[in-house]
Amino acid sequence: MAKLFLKGNEAVIRGAILAGCKSYYGYPITPASEIAEAAAKFFPLVGGTFLQAESEVGAINMSYGAASAGQRVMTASSGPGISLKQEGISYAAGSELPIVIVDIMRGGPGLGNIAPEQSDYNQIVKGGGHGNYKLIVLAPNCGQEMCDFTMLAFELADKYRTPVVVLADGFIGQMMEPVELPDPVNKIPTKNWQVDGTKETKNNLISSIYLDENDLEEHNIKLQVKYRKIQETEARFEEIQTDDAEIILMGYGIVSRVLQTVVEEAREEGIKAGLLRPITLFPFPKDIINKLCDRAKVFFVCEMSNGQMVDDVRLALNGKCPVKFYGRMGGIVPGTQEILNKVRILATSLPARGNYTEKLSETFIKI
Amino acid sequence: MIKDILQKPESFYKEFYRKSGSNKLTTHYCPGCGHGVIHKLIAEAMDDFGISNKSVVISPVGCSVFAYYYFDCGNIQAPHGRAPAVATGVKRAIPGSIVISYQGDGDLAGIGGNEILHAANRGENISVFFVNNAIYGMTGSQMAPTTLIGQKTTTTPYGRSIQNEGYPIKVCELLATLEAPVYIERVAISDTKNVMKARKAIRKALQNQVENKGFSLVEILSPCPTGWGVKPTEAKKWIEEVLSKNFHLGIFKDKTSEPVALLNEAKKFDPEEIKKIIGEKNQNEQDTKFSKPDVKPKYQNPRIKISGFGGQGILFLGQLLSKCAMISDYYTTWLPSYGPEMRGGTANCQVNISNKRIGSPLVTETDVLIAMNLPSLDKFENDVKKDGLILVNSSLIGRNVRRGDVEVLYVPATRIADEIGNTKVANIVMLGAYIAQTKIVSNDCVLYTTNHSVKKKEFLKVNEEVFRRGMEYVISYKRKSNKEFDTVIF
Repeated sequence: MAKLFLKGNEAVIRGAILAGCKSYYGYPITPASEIAEAAAKFFPLVGGTFLQAESEVGAINMSYGAASAGQRVMTASSGPGISLKQEGISYAAGSELPIVIVDIMRGGPGLGNIAPEQSDYNQIVKGGGHGNYKLIVLAPNCGQEMCDFTMLAFELADKYRTPVVVLADGFIGQMMEPVELPDPVNKIPTKNWQVDGTKETKNNLISSIYLDENDLEEHNIKLQVKYRKIQETEARFEEIQTDDAEIILMGYGIVSRVLQTVVEEAREEGIKAGLLRPITLFPFPKDIINKLCDRAKVFFVCEMSNGQMVDDVRLALNGKCPVKFYGRMGGIVPGTQEILNKVRILATSLPARGNYTEKLSETFIKI
Repeated sequence: MIKDILQKPESFYKEFYRKSGSNKLTTHYCPGCGHGVIHKLIAEAMDDFGISNKSVVISPVGCSVFAYYYFDCGNIQAPHGRAPAVATGVKRAIPGSIVISYQGDGDLAGIGGNEILHAANRGENISVFFVNNAIYGMTGSQMAPTTLIGQKTTTTPYGRSIQNEGYPIKVCELLATLEAPVYIERVAISDTKNVMKARKAIRKALQNQVENKGFSLVEILSPCPTGWGVKPTEAKKWIEEVLSKNFHLGIFKDKTSEPVALLNEAKKFDPEEIKKIIGEKNQNEQDTKFSKPDVKPKYQNPRIKISGFGGQGILFLGQLLSKCAMISDYYTTWLPSYGPEMRGGTANCQVNISNKRIGSPLVTETDVLIAMNLPSLDKFENDVKKDGLILVNSSLIGRNVRRGDVEVLYVPATRIADEIGNTKVANIVMLGAYIAQTKIVSNDCVLYTTNHSVKKKEFLKVNEEVFRRGMEYVISYKRKSNKEFDTVIF
């Protein structure tokens, strides 16, 4: 099959339909609106439901209903809309409902702007809603992955009975790239827990309330066991030239694309740089970080935020290797040269291995 | 007869096994509470219509949060106020099911005001039972949106005041102003006569859904002796004498005699069919490929910035280039400036065409700048790399490029487009000029892509014409000057 030239946002809906998603509930917001528009165009043509909800709150709760009924369902938004959906996301996590949520991040806080940022990391990966829950989070960095990871998101959501977020930024959503449509999913596993208005399922209950403290603790433990299993089995990442790397660059989404070019150019200058790009933000790829730190002298994390993922890198390393951070905010995507300059500085002052103590003030490289 | 009355409806569980504690035969509601009666009326109606197997009850947040203890059907517990949205998702997923949204006054008229308004306005084919007892029972007798003026609650200890809390919301009256709902009635469960009326209304709301008639809502004035701090008998009396004088009983809307639109059965598609629909191309198009021409090294792997006014077709020009690159087997990316500036003002986009996988799609160091207006040249001229290429729309840009270390093509693109009779196609003139100079993709590829990207048929011939004019302009100038194209032309 030949390639289509699609915006990342449009690729999401192609992936959703190929994954057997049957309904889309959403509310318009820049820079995610093309997802709703593509859904409005295609879902009616393939026997599905598209509904523009009255609000983000309405959209996530309609998704909650459709997921309860056993349908593959999705919603999408950007930061401010995701904030509104958090209540429903917490309920879906508590009720163990597979819902795919796409977040095309924009600048914040508040109304911020519509330029790309990565400042939703904490509200998505650390949980923006109440309760002891986690979401599986996938971070695509190109149009093809917007399609493929949306499909994967549906598979993981059903496998683990959990909401899954595809976390991208305004550039990944708006950028057009060639996309090859994967083969459609032919068979969607049936769910023995769904409430679909039949005699067979009428004793099923979708609920997140456990009035008894012991019952609720038991439910929470069950969730944590599930998250541990996800952590152990579903971590995904991509490595570029990490084999002999002394400087491990880390970034996800659009930043990882910039870092890929940075690595190429740094290597031309003889700097031993490599890229470790987390594909799953939860589960965070801790094992590979620990493996790479045996050789690496420094981890250099770049984000379009005040430094959110970098906390997870530090936790994974637990002081074993210095971590430097470079972040841009407000919707500015750092350029190749901008980051390369920092890498050059790092390369000339690589810390010796071992006995490393890091001062917090050193971690932010000023321009 | 007596046996019949004492027996639980079939649509209740025989034993309330989900209920905590040892007593699995009675409800969790307080003595004199109206919920139990209302539950029973609903369950009896479910029995009568034989729908319990296909029913789904949405339990709200409030005293009836545990409605799923009782109804022997599919049960879903929803976030506070969101039951109508959850019901929408369920009903759309399974149109053949019977979906019941059971809500209290805080849930429906307070925190869930938006959800009920829009579910009603869409005419969702669901049945809503709205229990109005003018108080928050579950949380301990706080004010509800339906609390009466002067009524004392724990959050209106001096009585609800118009100045501070406003008037009680009359949900039936409010929703009856909407076009879509088919049936809206307010009843009370104060005495036997009213309970019988409530029974009839509840049955009708369910029957409407069974017959696919649309959105029905029954508001039920219901006693809350605990919340009101009175005896059950007094509570019933208060409904009769006070509550129903403020919330008038009766039918507010009834369109049930109007004909019903038949439901369309959702068509089933096989996966291959679906792939075709979302592929948006026919088989011929999918297989079309063009070979890469030989490109001079200095023009290979260009990082291109295209900039101009909104309306000059800047983004479209970039997309065309990228699509040409894609079917010529290059890697390519197209990145727009997006948002409000697209709707007037300036627009720019960044295009990468490469023989290898593209890392950063951002074009900061520019190999090729196509400047369609003066602000674009002013803004991006200095970003162009040494020995890079700048294409200047000399019709609109009245100055030379200041740099001496770049190659410059001055093309009167707007003038050429005007000569053809359509100023909008200046972008295609520039495309012709760029392709003539760099030969990054074949002419056939450009014409093919342009033809398949233009929606309006009248543009097809025009585009072909201006593309050639753009190419010829560059080629003929080179022939005349017999040197590389770097001289100013106005």
